[in-house]
Amino acid sequence: MAAESSDSEEEDLVSYGSALPALQEGERIKKPVPLQEQTVKDGKGRYQRFHGAFTGGFSAGYFNTVGTKEGWTPSSFISSRQKRADKTILGPEDFMDEEDLSEFGIAPKDITTTDDFASKAKDRIKEKARQIAGVVAAIPGTTAFDDLIGPSKITIGVELLRKMGWKEGQGIGPRIKRKPLRQKPDPQVKVYGCALPPGLSEGSEDEEDEYQPENVTFAPKDVMPVDLTPKEDVHGLGYKGLDPTQALFGISGREHLNLFTGGSEKTSDLLGDLRHSKGRKLGITGQAFGVGALEEEDDDIYATETLSKYDTVLKDEEPGDGLYGWTAPKQYKSKKRFETEVKYIGKILDGFSLASKSSTYPPPDLPRDYRPVHYFRPVIAAGNENYHLRKALEQSTGKLENDTTQQSRHTLNASQRRDRLGETVLKGPAPSVLEYLSEKDRERLKEVKQASEQQMKVKMLPQQSQNRFQPTSANDAPHKWQMFLGGQLANAGSSDFKPFARNPEKQKRYESFVQSLKQGQKDMLEHYLDPSMTEWERGREQEEFFRAAMFYKSSNSTLSSRFTRAKYEDDVDKVEVPRDQENDIDDKESAVKMKMFGKLTRDKFEWHPEKLLCKRFNVPDPYPDSSIVGLPKVKRDKYSVFNFLTLPEATTSVTQATNERIQQNNNLNSKLKPSRWDVSDKEKEKKDSISEFISLARSKVDIQQQPPVPMTEECGTETNETLPSEVGTWLCLNLKGNGTFFFLQKKKQKKHKNKGKHKNKKSEKESSSDTEDSSDSLSDMDTTENLLKRSQILQWITRT
Amino acid sequence: LPQSLPVPPAPVSPRSHLVPAPRVDGNYCLTCGSDKSLKLWNPHKGTLLRTYHGHGYEVLDAAGSFDNSQLCSCSADKTVALWDVATGQVVRKFRGHAGKVSCVQFNEEATVIVSGSIDSTVRCWDCRSRRPDPVQVLDEAKDGVSSVKVSDHEILSGSVDGRVRRYDLRAGQLYSDYVGSPITSVCFSKDGQCVLAASLDSTLRLLDKDTGELLGEYTGHRSTTYKLDCVLSEQDTHVGSASEDGKVYFWDLVEVSRVPHVGGRQALDEVLLHPPSRGHQHVHLRQAEGGARVRAGTSGIPPRDGARTSGITWDPPRDGAGTSGTL
Repeated sequence: MAAESSDSEEEDLVSYGSALPALQEGERIKKPVPLQEQTVKDGKGRYQRFHGAFTGGFSAGYFNTVGTKEGWTPSSFISSRQKRADKTILGPEDFMDEEDLSEFGIAPKDITTTDDFASKAKDRIKEKARQIAGVVAAIPGTTAFDDLIGPSKITIGVELLRKMGWKEGQGIGPRIKRKPLRQKPDPQVKVYGCALPPGLSEGSEDEEDEYQPENVTFAPKDVMPVDLTPKEDVHGLGYKGLDPTQALFGISGREHLNLFTGGSEKTSDLLGDLRHSKGRKLGITGQAFGVGALEEEDDDIYATETLSKYDTVLKDEEPGDGLYGWTAPKQYKSKKRFETEVKYIGKILDGFSLASKSSTYPPPDLPRDYRPVHYFRPVIAAGNENYHLRKALEQSTGKLENDTTQQSRHTLNASQRRDRLGETVLKGPAPSVLEYLSEKDRERLKEVKQASEQQMKVKMLPQQSQNRFQPTSANDAPHKWQMFLGGQLANAGSSDFKPFARNPEKQKRYESFVQSLKQGQKDMLEHYLDPSMTEWERGREQEEFFRAAMFYKSSNSTLSSRFTRAKYEDDVDKVEVPRDQENDIDDKESAVKMKMFGKLTRDKFEWHPEKLLCKRFNVPDPYPDSSIVGLPKVKRDKYSVFNFLTLPEATTSVTQATNERIQQNNNLNSKLKPSRWDVSDKEKEKKDSISEFISLARSKVDIQQQPPVPMTEECGTETNETLPSEVGTWLCLNLKGNGTFFFLQKKKQKKHKNKGKHKNKKSEKESSSDTEDSSDSLSDMDTTENLLKRSQILQWITRT
Repeated sequence: LPQSLPVPPAPVSPRSHLVPAPRVDGNYCLTCGSDKSLKLWNPHKGTLLRTYHGHGYEVLDAAGSFDNSQLCSCSADKTVALWDVATGQVVRKFRGHAGKVSCVQFNEEATVIVSGSIDSTVRCWDCRSRRPDPVQVLDEAKDGVSSVKVSDHEILSGSVDGRVRRYDLRAGQLYSDYVGSPITSVCFSKDGQCVLAASLDSTLRLLDKDTGELLGEYTGHRSTTYKLDCVLSEQDTHVGSASEDGKVYFWDLVEVSRVPHVGGRQALDEVLLHPPSRGHQHVHLRQAEGGARVRAGTSGIPPRDGARTSGITWDPPRDGAGTSGTL
């Protein structure tokens, strides 16, 4: 309400506020609006109601009613069936008024600072309030858990720094006794030519420092983050793209391009310099958009790039602004340290003290043959299987890294770490029986063991010396293995690794074997093996022991604490293999070459079809009592000699039970389908003398097999020619190894003896499984002899 | 009919093969190929009746059920599919093979699909139940199974390990005959007494089913690399085979001699020719009452661009006449 001061009156009057408009002449002064009539209306002219204390409340609908100006009309139902896709999902915003979305509404849309961007400084008042709330709350201390549960948004590094007195915006390090410098050099001052020598800028700093009081220190400058943006484009180094200042405002980039400034600066001056171009008119002129006909300036159409704009020498930044952190060039660091070190005022951690003098170490003396080129030297851990590679590397590098003490902590296993940390062993299920024994018993056992070992050693010694002079091939192996196993043996053979636990004798031998290996008594290895075994078996066992020792890793303690023993033992020594296998194809190959198809090339197996399959094929299940599917399987010893030599085995009882039925089936088959090929079959036999011979031989087999098998009706009519006298001259041989035996006569005899019979017998012969019959008679036959004869007979066959 | 049917000297497809149905009707013809589809044709007019889409890779073999209501096919996408002929939809898809499924067959009542795969197994799939796994897996083969045939109580499989295996469900026996060379195709004789096996030593062998003895050997054609089919005629009078020189070879079964002229009055029921690298070029050897008529070249089914036919089959019996092959 200050009156307008006229120039004529006192000049020293001070006027506040804005002047009222001058009153027109004859105008009446308006009455002020009474308080009760001062209303607030919203944008739509509705009265704003002051329901709430602060927000002004909200008026819903039409003056807080559900109706409209025209009254209340329910919305009519509109089927959305045809336009399901148009249906939008209604959110809470759809039922809100615009006031609710405004600044003071219940869902303000304004941009607000979220927690992520809020200042990290602790809100002390809030914290205090919370602490009080925690004490007052029904369950005291509950709010304390919020701190634990709530995710921490500050990294531990920042947290630590804060505890040490660091604040945002400061640099890290001891406080400095000087004035903080400007972050940016004055843009008006341009430095041409060479950069000022560092000493000069320092000097100017010192001058400034003189004005500072002695006891005031400052936090160091915050380190400018090093821009480590990887270069992802294919442009040249320092390429900036089209600079809008150049393109739009015609400022040609005459400045010296600096390849080494970070991208952060780039962006700032990309737009920040626009206001420098005050005098020029804005708009697209010439540069990079072509030159118009009326433009005069066409000398610098496109920014020309010359090599002189680029740095040719890598050099440091302009010194002096102290923007370097720990990555600073050496000259800065070393210079500043002297002044800062001594004046360190910050809190020094307990147990630490400032170094009085810096200790620098001279670079190491290079060996004469040093080549400044790195070459790859793979580290092969001890116990690696590739022996040859190891050997080669050993020779090339001269040494092998196998000492575990220098391994990094990542290569240690849990137990090794535990040993180093001095922790106690995790209690798991006892890995050996010994742990169940009482302390006393264990002691006693140990004594007994030691005594027996002593005895053994004494016994061994003379033999050992004797053995030295007769190196055998078996003794060579240990040498090899010894190197192989290396340091791994250290743990092998300890109590809880028992690869041969099933066979206590063997396990015992194995343990003593490992002991001797550990002690390096290679020559003694042999003596731990069972003397009653054959040489071959011994060699095999030795091999086994070596392997077992090798496979054993020292992870025993850690693993055993996590696993329990199996309750039900499964046969680890046995493998399931099909009982009958298609055997060697060598003799078959030769049979095919001679076109002797038939018995020689055929394998016949018992095969169990799935019950459902039989049902679907409308065929009765041939083995209704069996639960086997496919080829019958048998369990065989893993390391059995008999895996390598296929020998006939007695077929299961299932076969025998169903044998007769099958026979009937087959007879039925052949009866149902009379073969037209019988005729041609016989013709063929005439042509081929060998096949004839074979079939003759086969018919002989039939006869030979007849007696144990009860006669079928078909055979009953035949005169049964048994050849007891001839059987002796027939040689039984197992050509295929699966139980199909051939009886061949050594001398060539009359061949047409059984010819007529041959065809009739065929069906029977198929069904009567020759395995079971012949294998009984031949099971006691020596296998090696069998093999020998087999080869002889083969030769004989090929000759004929 | 010339003794051999000339085809352009195009490189033969390794995966090309024919599906010789044991008894065929000839009113429909089904082909499958590298365009991932099966096509049903009218071989008389050469019109395309229906296309069956649903495989993810080349369809390698197809077969029809006895009542013409269903189809089965197998593909390089390791699946076996059961199709409804009328709707053209996949009824079932059987997954379980670990590799390309190279051959597929229905059993007599179309209740089981038997498929052989490069994963060296033959799998029997149940069409009746919703079981996802095969009824039985016959994993005796040591190498890929190239051909499978099914009779009323037997499953015959030919494998690349050079063996012809016959699983006799009624007797509960497996007969394995060693032939030596990789088997490309096997088939039963119509009287059920013999087995014909084609192998990669350019030989067809007729083996006695019961004893495994060699009854006949048919040579003269060339089969060393690709999977070519072999076939026996309806009355078991002739043996036919495709050859890598693009011709079809026929032998008199008993005489073991090459038939100089196939066609004319010769009773011929089925032939299988290998498909060329492009298009559908078919030779239809169709037997009418009293003689065979040969339709060669593209007369039967128009070629499809870019698609290689890998299988062809006839619909199952109506009047017992007619057959087809792809050339």
